[in-house]
Amino acid sequence: MSKIEIKNVYKIFGNNPSEVLPMVKEGANKEEVLEKTGHTVGLDNVSLSIEEGETFVCMGLSGSGKSTLIRHLNRLIDPTDGDIIVDGTNIMELDEHQLIDFRKHELSMVFQRFGLFPHKTVIENIGYGLEIQGKTLEERNKTAMTQIEAVGLQGFEDQYPSQLSGGMQQRVGLARALATNPEILLMDEAFSALDPLIRSDMQQQLIELQSKLKKTIVFITHDLDESLRLGDHIGILNGGRLVQAGTPEQIIMNPADDYVKAFVKDVNRAKVLKAKTVMVQADKFDTSSIKLAETYKVNEGVYIEEFLPKVLENNSTIVVVDGKGDTKGYITSKELAISLSKTGYNETTNTTQ
Amino acid sequence: MNKITNFNIKVVSILIFIGLIVATHNLIIPKNIFYLFLKLIFLIPSVALIVNIANIIPKHTLLFFSKVFGAIVLITLIIISYLSSKRKPDNFSDLFDKWDSFLGIPLPKFLINWPKWLDTPFMHWINKGWKSFIADYGLIFDAIGYGLLRGYTELKGIIVQTPWPIVIIGVIAITYFTSGRKVGTTVFVGFCTFFIGFLNPRFWDKAIETTTMVVIGIAICIIIGIPIGIAMARSEKVRNAILPILDTMQVIPAFCYLIPGIILFGLGAIPAIISIFIYACPPLIRLTDLGIRLVDEEVIEAARSFGASKKQMLLGVQLPLALPNIMQGINQCTMMALAMVVIASMIGTRGLGDEVLLGLQQLNVGAALEAGLAIVLLAIVLDRMTQAYGDKIQERTQPGKKKQ
Repeated sequence: MSKIEIKNVYKIFGNNPSEVLPMVKEGANKEEVLEKTGHTVGLDNVSLSIEEGETFVCMGLSGSGKSTLIRHLNRLIDPTDGDIIVDGTNIMELDEHQLIDFRKHELSMVFQRFGLFPHKTVIENIGYGLEIQGKTLEERNKTAMTQIEAVGLQGFEDQYPSQLSGGMQQRVGLARALATNPEILLMDEAFSALDPLIRSDMQQQLIELQSKLKKTIVFITHDLDESLRLGDHIGILNGGRLVQAGTPEQIIMNPADDYVKAFVKDVNRAKVLKAKTVMVQADKFDTSSIKLAETYKVNEGVYIEEFLPKVLENNSTIVVVDGKGDTKGYITSKELAISLSKTGYNETTNTTQ
Repeated sequence: MNKITNFNIKVVSILIFIGLIVATHNLIIPKNIFYLFLKLIFLIPSVALIVNIANIIPKHTLLFFSKVFGAIVLITLIIISYLSSKRKPDNFSDLFDKWDSFLGIPLPKFLINWPKWLDTPFMHWINKGWKSFIADYGLIFDAIGYGLLRGYTELKGIIVQTPWPIVIIGVIAITYFTSGRKVGTTVFVGFCTFFIGFLNPRFWDKAIETTTMVVIGIAICIIIGIPIGIAMARSEKVRNAILPILDTMQVIPAFCYLIPGIILFGLGAIPAIISIFIYACPPLIRLTDLGIRLVDEEVIEAARSFGASKKQMLLGVQLPLALPNIMQGINQCTMMALAMVVIASMIGTRGLGDEVLLGLQQLNVGAALEAGLAIVLLAIVLDRMTQAYGDKIQERTQPGKKKQ
């Protein structure tokens, strides 16, 4: 059972969404619906499943419905139709009291513009979730202090958010979300408002935290590099529809349509593709052509950029091995050329094979 | 589905209430406050029922019926005004006896000059309603007036009996702490307070009377205004219902409610306090509403995402963040209250306004201006005290914004 399952969720904004729903279900697209009824389609038949402990990145341009989607997971927005199942519970069936309880304990959220309480100090902000849960001040401050240390904000606990820089504010946001120790972390364009250096810093911090905590993270972004860096799985939304969901490699190697293609066009493939993805299987490779002196062993999980210089320098053949040291496949300059070419991996491989 | 069941429950409860009202009508119950409560109890679910029906009926049907209803009301009003008018012609056909011409086009005379019979008898209705209202519920207003008068007299008595240096020191102390220990503001306010009495010794006690009225008026405004502002911020429907009332309260000339005030509460401080409420409460309500609605949507979402209940949201997030705006509202309220107290001197309210009136009546320009100056000084004192507190809150909640 997946941690989060979203089943056929529709969201229509407007005065009378239920009247417009059949039209959307019949397949009318966003523009048609807007023109005919004045309603905006937020989500159009989105189904997803997110596994426990993974980072799921939801990507799309502005207006594609990604922020709407993430707000469905804690029902800040209610869907027009469809079911959302978290941990086996259909959260659409929760009454108001249960919903508040669910929000208190199951998940917490990080916001694009931080959403910090300007009238509370850093430590009060971080302790807010616990305050809502009814914990005593002592407990709150104790937990908050550990979180402050975890995000490296020691010494700032009595400052107000407006006295901090953007990056520090978002760390407070992250610490606040982690303080309640939720199983699910929702991050709505959490790093989009930060400048590039700090953003990459925060991404690193999130990756480190995640390797320790193993939360289920749903991350919203419009930045492909960010999603490739953070995501175990990526879902791409366009006009409220989920156009593709899969691992970063799947998205890059097999873009589902032109929209996704346009997205992945400018990606630095060497940074994203792993040896495992581009190698030729050991049994399909003609080993007679390699000279042993020119081989170089790499692990299957390594990114291309790490062994690319070796191939270019010595024209050596890469032997891809798994964790146990067994040979899984080979990479020569030909495979690299194919995988790094922008015109698309599939077409090229088809013509060369 | 849910709506319909809700609706049914409401219909049943309404029927029970109607039964209750009919029953109480038949019993001989003195028309006192309980009777008014019964009526209110009946009124509130009726409004809820109407709102519910309005929600269920499709919008265009509702719009159509409201137009038809409006037309019927208008026609009925015209017929009533014609029939009840004493100046109507003896015969209906007489209307078309006299003709005149406009740009060469012949027209019956009543279409050119506004006819005397086209006059709704609103004045008579209001007078009639007013009379029976006084007869039935005058006692309630007497009770309110008595309560307010007691509070006013006690408070005024205490301050008047206190030696004046202690009052000045008290004002200085309050300003010092509300302004966040700003010496400049404190010294300025202290001087202004001193100068009120320094201008004319008579002004001291009068200024205290005025201040007491203002303080009680503001207290009522806060107790009633802030909850209304919160309700408006929470619900679009409540806002739409309250806004026209606020417009009326602000636009209607003060004398229109000063005179009914005298009838209900007698001469003196009480009608002035009631007038303060009518005149000064709208800005406080509006600014409370605005302040709460202006709270950053993402902050609200953040609180919701952590599972904050409505109460936790209001007390922990919305009100604290709206506080600078609410304080601005209280400041505005204070200034308007002071203006109203001066106008209220026309209905025999004592205080500094009384001195201005006296100066005017005696054509004593010096006395009138002197009293006017005292009012300005009092305004400065009250303004600085409330303003300083608002600034302090603003600094605490948004420390970055204040330091440029």
